[in-house]
Amino acid sequence: MTTLLEAEVVDLAVTPLRELNQRLHDLAGTGEGPRRWRIVNPKGAHAVACGLDAELEVEIDGHVGYYCAGMNKLATVVVRGNASTGIAENMMSGKVVVEGSVSQSAAATAHGGLLVVHGDAAARCGISMKGVDIVIRGSVGHLSAFMAQTGCLVVCGDAGDALGDSIYEARLYVRGAVAGLGADCIEKEMRDEHVAQVRDLLAAAGIDDVDPAEFRRYGSARRLYNFTIDNAGAY
Amino acid sequence: MCGIVGLFAKSPGIEEGLGVHLAAMLAQMSDRGPDSAGVAVYRDPVPEGMTKLTLYSPVRGEDWRAVASAIGGEVDSVRASHSVIVVPAGAVEAEQRVRAARADLRVMSAGHVIEIYKDVGLPEVFAEEFELGNLHATHALGHTRMATESRVTTEGSHPFSTGLDLCLVHNGSLSNHNTLRRMLRREGIEFQTENDTEVAAGYLAWRLREGATLEQALEGCLEDLDGFYTFAVGTADGFAVLRDPIACKPAVLAETDDWVAMASEYHAIAVLPGADDARMWEPEPGVVYVWDRAAVA
Repeated sequence: MTTLLEAEVVDLAVTPLRELNQRLHDLAGTGEGPRRWRIVNPKGAHAVACGLDAELEVEIDGHVGYYCAGMNKLATVVVRGNASTGIAENMMSGKVVVEGSVSQSAAATAHGGLLVVHGDAAARCGISMKGVDIVIRGSVGHLSAFMAQTGCLVVCGDAGDALGDSIYEARLYVRGAVAGLGADCIEKEMRDEHVAQVRDLLAAAGIDDVDPAEFRRYGSARRLYNFTIDNAGAY
Repeated sequence: MCGIVGLFAKSPGIEEGLGVHLAAMLAQMSDRGPDSAGVAVYRDPVPEGMTKLTLYSPVRGEDWRAVASAIGGEVDSVRASHSVIVVPAGAVEAEQRVRAARADLRVMSAGHVIEIYKDVGLPEVFAEEFELGNLHATHALGHTRMATESRVTTEGSHPFSTGLDLCLVHNGSLSNHNTLRRMLRREGIEFQTENDTEVAAGYLAWRLREGATLEQALEGCLEDLDGFYTFAVGTADGFAVLRDPIACKPAVLAETDDWVAMASEYHAIAVLPGADDARMWEPEPGVVYVWDRAAVA
């Protein structure tokens, strides 16, 4: 039986941000040191818990600034507040959960992992996403999933204008209204496999009061980029 | 890149400490704009028929008493290179007297309540030199500048005022400011610099002069201004916020029972009392937000 691990508490009102991030980086690959961390008094600081590369659980009590949990690998980062621009940008794996809302470019260019936002996400959510899964409890702003390559964006609320502009092979699921679709983005049939995918993603996000059958699917019309069926397996 | 802050007091306690809070917010925005800093504070209204002028002199140790007596006014206060002088005349008359007596002085603001202070240098140093900490006010806007469109000078610092009790701070850049400036000059709007933000301030002054409400004037920006912007506009009663429809430039708004605040980044709001529990949201692109006495009371 494992006992519940004591969390290492770091107060950003006292500890410099670089010292915190360095301590977290030093855990990469070593397997030694605290696995659970609690960060207090972030006060909107930028780049909190950026570049993690270990199976850590990091809890941040408060609002964070830009690029929180950017480039995340393996770690689970929970923000008990709002996050500014670029939460989990270029995430590779792991999980980032925001209990509040997030500003623009959430999970931009992210290759893997799961981003869950319990509030709203502003403009450009999932811009150029490359394999990440994103679940937004609320709504997303304009130009979300712009040039999205692969991965899934699940929006329980509404989507702003120009959703999926110049999209490649990412899958977009929206439950509410879509203000407008971007160039080459079209609505597609919601088959059983898609309902199942939304169900799995909602479950992974811990959202159990939303019916996966209520979502509509959007994706690429494949008229804008050089789509070759032979490469379909690469996405 | 630039930083914007705005603070509107809803309680006497915040009014009393408004200068302290403003200075703290400004310091947080240093990393977005280390070139110059400026504030517009709304305080101590003068009676009808009087005009409050904020004047700037490039001369160290300017004899402000002599300036005041030359324009028939009285020195209210002196802060670093600026002085607030109250003149028993209308604004047009008061500004004419300044031009006639001392054409080398710059009128930074004119009106009943507004005072504008701005200078080159780090925001923290500016706040100290201008003793922002002892300012009591109902509301204020602040700006930290990282210059793009024009030179780093006191005159090119924000806020810009081209109308009575009206000021504008801007994060972003405008592309069609030269065309607009020519058009506005033909309409009789005067400009003191080659700065793009001054053109936006002039545009608002022109629309208001033509009968538009502040909201209508700001909505006109969406049609007539080409570029990136988050604007905060100060008026005698309150302030307004507008982001361009593309919304490249950031803004966050927060409200408690004691204050309403806006800033480019949340950490400038985090220094305010009760910020942790404030209601907080990001203003929608292309939507005008207005706070004034009537809306808050």
